[in-house]
Amino acid sequence: MSNEQIERVTKKEYEWGFVTPIDSDIIPKGLNEEVIRMISTKKQEPDWLLDYRLKAFRHWLGLTEPVWPKVHYPPVDFQEISYYAAPKTDKDRPKSLDEVDPELLATYEKLGIPLHERAALAGVVGAESGGGEGLSGIAVDAVFDSVSVATTYKDKLSALGIVFCSFSEAVKEHPELVRKYLGTVVPHTDNFYAALNAAVFSDGSFVYVPKGVRCPMELSTYFRINASGTGQFERTLLVADEGAYVSYLEGCTAPQRDENQLHAAVVELIAMERAEIKYSTVQNWYPGDAEGRGGIYNFVTKRGLCAGARSKISWTQVETGSAITWKYPSCVLKGDDSVGEFYSVALTNNFQQADTGTKMIHLGKRTKSTIVSKGISAGRGQNSYRGLVRIARQAEGARNYSQCDSLLMGPDCGAHTFPYIEVKNTSSQVEHEATTSKISEDQLFYLRQRGISEEDAVNMIVNGFCKEVFRELPMEFAVEAQKLLEVSLEGAVG
Amino acid sequence: MSMLKIENLHATVAGKEILKGLDLEVKAGEVHAIMGPNGSGKSTLSYLLSGRDGYEATAGRVSYQGKDLLAMNTEERAAEGLFLAFQYPVAIPGVNNMYFLKAAVNAQRKHRGQPELDAVEFMALVDEKLRLVDLKRELLSRAVNDGFSGGEKKRNEIFQMAMLEPKLAILDETDSGLDIDALKAVADGVNALRSPERSSLVITHYQRLLDYIVPDRVHVLVGGRIVKSGDKSLALELEERGYGWIEKEVGAV
Ligand SMILES: Nc1ncnc2c1ncn2[C@@H]1O[C@H](COP(=O)(O)OP(=O)(O)OP(=O)(O)O)[C@@H](O)[C@H]1O
Ligand SMILES: [Mg+2]
Repeated sequence: MSNEQIERVTKKEYEWGFVTPIDSDIIPKGLNEEVIRMISTKKQEPDWLLDYRLKAFRHWLGLTEPVWPKVHYPPVDFQEISYYAAPKTDKDRPKSLDEVDPELLATYEKLGIPLHERAALAGVVGAESGGGEGLSGIAVDAVFDSVSVATTYKDKLSALGIVFCSFSEAVKEHPELVRKYLGTVVPHTDNFYAALNAAVFSDGSFVYVPKGVRCPMELSTYFRINASGTGQFERTLLVADEGAYVSYLEGCTAPQRDENQLHAAVVELIAMERAEIKYSTVQNWYPGDAEGRGGIYNFVTKRGLCAGARSKISWTQVETGSAITWKYPSCVLKGDDSVGEFYSVALTNNFQQADTGTKMIHLGKRTKSTIVSKGISAGRGQNSYRGLVRIARQAEGARNYSQCDSLLMGPDCGAHTFPYIEVKNTSSQVEHEATTSKISEDQLFYLRQRGISEEDAVNMIVNGFCKEVFRELPMEFAVEAQKLLEVSLEGAVG
Repeated sequence: MSMLKIENLHATVAGKEILKGLDLEVKAGEVHAIMGPNGSGKSTLSYLLSGRDGYEATAGRVSYQGKDLLAMNTEERAAEGLFLAFQYPVAIPGVNNMYFLKAAVNAQRKHRGQPELDAVEFMALVDEKLRLVDLKRELLSRAVNDGFSGGEKKRNEIFQMAMLEPKLAILDETDSGLDIDALKAVADGVNALRSPERSSLVITHYQRLLDYIVPDRVHVLVGGRIVKSGDKSLALELEERGYGWIEKEVGAV
């Protein structure tokens, strides 16, 4: 592919760059114990949670930012960030769409959220998403800035004993569950950003699926970063009890900003015996402009614990956004015969940098893990895969298969692979395959000779490259993900 | 009427001149065969005609259905009915063969101002053409040419040709490496397209194919130029005597 071709397809402005000027209730910038107490008070939290936050904060003070990821950015001034913002509309729930802030509705419009879902997303009393066909469709919990403004399908889910609500609500309604599991997979001492999150986390989602229950719909959350200069620190906790099944979708887009915004989320998954959790993400935070200005810093800690025998956790992610992504959704395979999976597409364009991958920690016997990572680099994008497969001495008969493919579009981008493998016994098997390829001129010519436009041909080849990951996504999400890749690469070839 | 008219074509690949004053005319309804030694420029000609990046015409003219072919981009040429059956069809992993074909058919229809085919209409067309080409249906649900055997790839090219119904089909050694049944399938595909408004340019090393596809003209391409043309008997003569005598004749000129 010629440089000129690449220019044409990768040049495309961020479609969803807009700011909703909603009045936010913002705590002054800066980070100290006072601010943490204020957050906790505003959220009317119990003492044990405030103690947890303070413990994390004190630990964080002794930490320094990690420098090992292959990403470069100016230092973040943690005192220049405001750690809490709640939309005012949260105080009085609107009775109908007419009462909903028109700015908020316009935001949904630009995001392409279907009409019938907007009322539910906006938290209109009595509104349900999905058009009311019973227990089908998607249940949506929107995190608008830091506070959930809507939780839908709750009644239907609660009839099955499923809890799906904002994290703050869970703290109020199910404190025993939150207290039992919070920090058990990602302890507050885990890493710099996880400690920061534990200290200042604003809100997020909570899911509990009881024994033997199969959640009948995809649970879904939309995240948005909105108020200027507000760091966003979500906390998600998802527990599937024995024999339970749940599929969770997380999707996000963020408005255009000139200054960099920090995003440091923590996601903890726990699967008990025979339980299965499928967690899918489409991430589209603002990547910065074509010159590399602005964009979101996305430093996330995501980890799942296969606590019980024969449990399974599967991460699928499509990462197209953020100026910097630092993210390793991992699985701790503790239960015997448990299974961990990681399917990832990461795209970097212009000046985007991604250092992403996974960790598979095999502790139980005959545990199995699969890693399929697809990295696409265009423009001056830098894409690194960093993966750790650790097989403990007691994990007899464990198996791992890893496949890392990189696709380069143009001469100025880069792909890097850092696989770390530690095997402590002789009965285990680890397989690693890696390829790096360019969008081939042969393939492009073949498709164009059949009448397919250059741009469609590039999209077809890229989608083909990502096929093994896309087919792991729920149907609607797969379509969305494909569209997102196309949008992200528009102008990248020509 | 002239389908393709090439006059004094000079062309370079990677700065090297490969075609050196090539003349060729194919009238509508005709089938022409091009033969010639390895490296004489046959594939170069087919790539140049279909608009591959890096193949540059430095002199001469090519008119296709009365239009300036060299002024059109690759996908326009395809939509205008120019089809190339590749000597080495490339695999495109992860891209479903059927999905790709539907995109191609509809892109071409769109270009011609015809309504796009929906899934049902498209499948009906697939069924019709499958009978003609005898391609294993299973290959349609796999990724384009991915893991196909050599013969399967060539059959897939002919199946695409049947689906797209081109005005001018260029077959670059589609017969190489085929068993006798596949060879007949290729010939059936080409013969099915024969009509007063369609033409084919068949590049081959073996006169065997020409027993099934009887050409109106046979041309010999040597050193980037058509050095000799004749009827079908020329192919037989080449098979018997090789290219040496022609090269000598040309050298003597
Ligand atoms: N990219 C390239 N760079 C340099 N030389 C090239 C390139 N492509 C083709 N050539 C040269 O052009 C000449 C003609 O090649 P071409 O493939 O057209 O031959 P051909 O007649 O199709 O041969 P064959 O019968 O073996 O298929 C050869 O000498 C070849 O090496
Ligand atoms: Mg050739």
